[in-house]
Amino acid sequence: MQTASSLPMPVWFSTFAQAARYNRTRIGIAITLLVILLAVIGPFVAPYEPSAFVGKPFLKPSADFLLGTDFRGRDVLSRLLGGGIPVVWMSFASASVGMVLGVTVGLVAAYSRGWIDQVLMRIMDVFLSIPLIIFVLLFVSLIGTGEWLIVLLVGVAHMPQVARVTRGVAADIVSREFVEFAEALSVPRWKILFGEILPNITTPLLVEFGIRIVWSISGIAALSVMGYGIQPPNADWGLMINENRGRIASRPLAVVSPALCIALFAFGINMIAEGIAGTMSGANRKAGGEQ
Amino acid sequence: MWRHLLERSIYGLLTLVLISALIFVATNVLPGDAARAILGRSATPEAVAALQAQLGLDRPLVAQYAGWVADILHGNLGNSVVTKGPVWDLVGPRLTNSLVLLASTSLIALPLSFAVGILMAVRQGKWFDNTANGFLIGTAGIPEFVLAIVLILLLSTQVLQLLPPTAVLRPGQTVLQNPQVLVLPVMTLTLAIMPYLSRLIRASLIDALASEYVVTARLKGLPPRVILLRHALRNSLVPSIQGAALSLAYILGGAVVVEYIFQYPGLGSALQSAVSQRDLYVIQAIVLIFAFGYIVFNMIADMLTILMTPRLRS
Repeated sequence: MQTASSLPMPVWFSTFAQAARYNRTRIGIAITLLVILLAVIGPFVAPYEPSAFVGKPFLKPSADFLLGTDFRGRDVLSRLLGGGIPVVWMSFASASVGMVLGVTVGLVAAYSRGWIDQVLMRIMDVFLSIPLIIFVLLFVSLIGTGEWLIVLLVGVAHMPQVARVTRGVAADIVSREFVEFAEALSVPRWKILFGEILPNITTPLLVEFGIRIVWSISGIAALSVMGYGIQPPNADWGLMINENRGRIASRPLAVVSPALCIALFAFGINMIAEGIAGTMSGANRKAGGEQ
Repeated sequence: MWRHLLERSIYGLLTLVLISALIFVATNVLPGDAARAILGRSATPEAVAALQAQLGLDRPLVAQYAGWVADILHGNLGNSVVTKGPVWDLVGPRLTNSLVLLASTSLIALPLSFAVGILMAVRQGKWFDNTANGFLIGTAGIPEFVLAIVLILLLSTQVLQLLPPTAVLRPGQTVLQNPQVLVLPVMTLTLAIMPYLSRLIRASLIDALASEYVVTARLKGLPPRVILLRHALRNSLVPSIQGAALSLAYILGGAVVVEYIFQYPGLGSALQSAVSQRDLYVIQAIVLIFAFGYIVFNMIADMLTILMTPRLRS
């Protein structure tokens, strides 16, 4: 049976290969890798223990402390090198959770049509009417903060928008001949959804995945900035902004350096998403590329 | 047309009912319920049960929900766990401040986004389009709090000291009496929505300019200004207005962290402090207001779309 499912790997690969021809994609990949490398290798090369008190609070940058010390006398550079992992893994994880949930709902809605479609999308609309950060804050206030809890909540908050996009691009596919062919052969329903339809919408979904990671970075880092992410004394870029923003006027480095890392990470992923969106034709770009 | 509008309103109302039920169930079923929040973690089970009975928390969930909705419709949002006073006394002034922030942002960001988007589309591929597009793509994913920090560094601390870095007001003062505290939050939110909105307007206008009726109008010899204003712009407005409404809805969420950074006395920072104090009824009220705002913006967008699309108007 010659369907798209018999070439699973090349679908992703060729999309990336196409996107990599754009400069913006290359810049995006380079910057993203740089930030991930900084986060992963950072803890091993940090000059001090990230949560150790090594000097007086808010020391100026010097040979001993290249970026100075923070509000409790810890080395800013060490906290920067040691504090990248949380936002990196949590934003990838929560975007993935959102994609799995949203794609499943979107595919089922597009394929079922009729009342199941209506009910599912109405439920998504209800979820959509609470902004991400408020949705997460509501549940954090009830259950508490935990890395996995935040990942899960941000993922659920992504679900409705992913479901909308998935349903939008899958709607054209569900009535194609190869789907009817699979139905005639009584291929199980889940296999039709994930084996026949899904491989045909990977490009817009890759763009959506990129957009979801960018939103996750913004949301998860914002929670940390407000004190609802990684808890002290652990090192985390968002938390560093929260801790040191009172002295932004006289010691800007302790705030600016983590903010720059978060911004670069979001910028890099966004450029990759832009590049992948650029490979799509005009009609698809509107469905998956905007917002 | 009226049927479409009526359908849309009923649907918006239904969403609001469902969202209120979701908020209610979440705040009542999950472990941290109101009685425990008031009494603290060390309270005895008897004391919690007694307070639950007093608050009516021992009734069936549906009855509690009905009572809660009835209270809200009578303007009674409950009492704050922290101040002991009515939630509305705490939330009301904050709502006003947030609306002032939202209104000032719309007044600046919407016309600016439309102007930049239209200019980019008209100058497609030229210097202005390329520069602006590059800038907007580059800033598109930058989190709001980073934009806020950059603006604080540029305009109120390191480079220039033009504006106050925080919006702390003296008691009795209102935001409107101190408009300078609005400048940085409004700039931050404008920078946050412009990449999305301007590029959406640009894309829809370029689509319209490439359509057959524009080509026809051009061949008829109509002046470019007439083609732009009377034909292309009007048709590209539908997606743009949708986008504008979504941007406003987005500001509702983005404003939380922006208000926090600038210590702006709005709903977002009130939500943040209510969460840190586990002030359940305040949280319920604010989340409900945000959801209401989002639903209203979407309804307005859909209704404007209906009014502006001749196919749906008849």
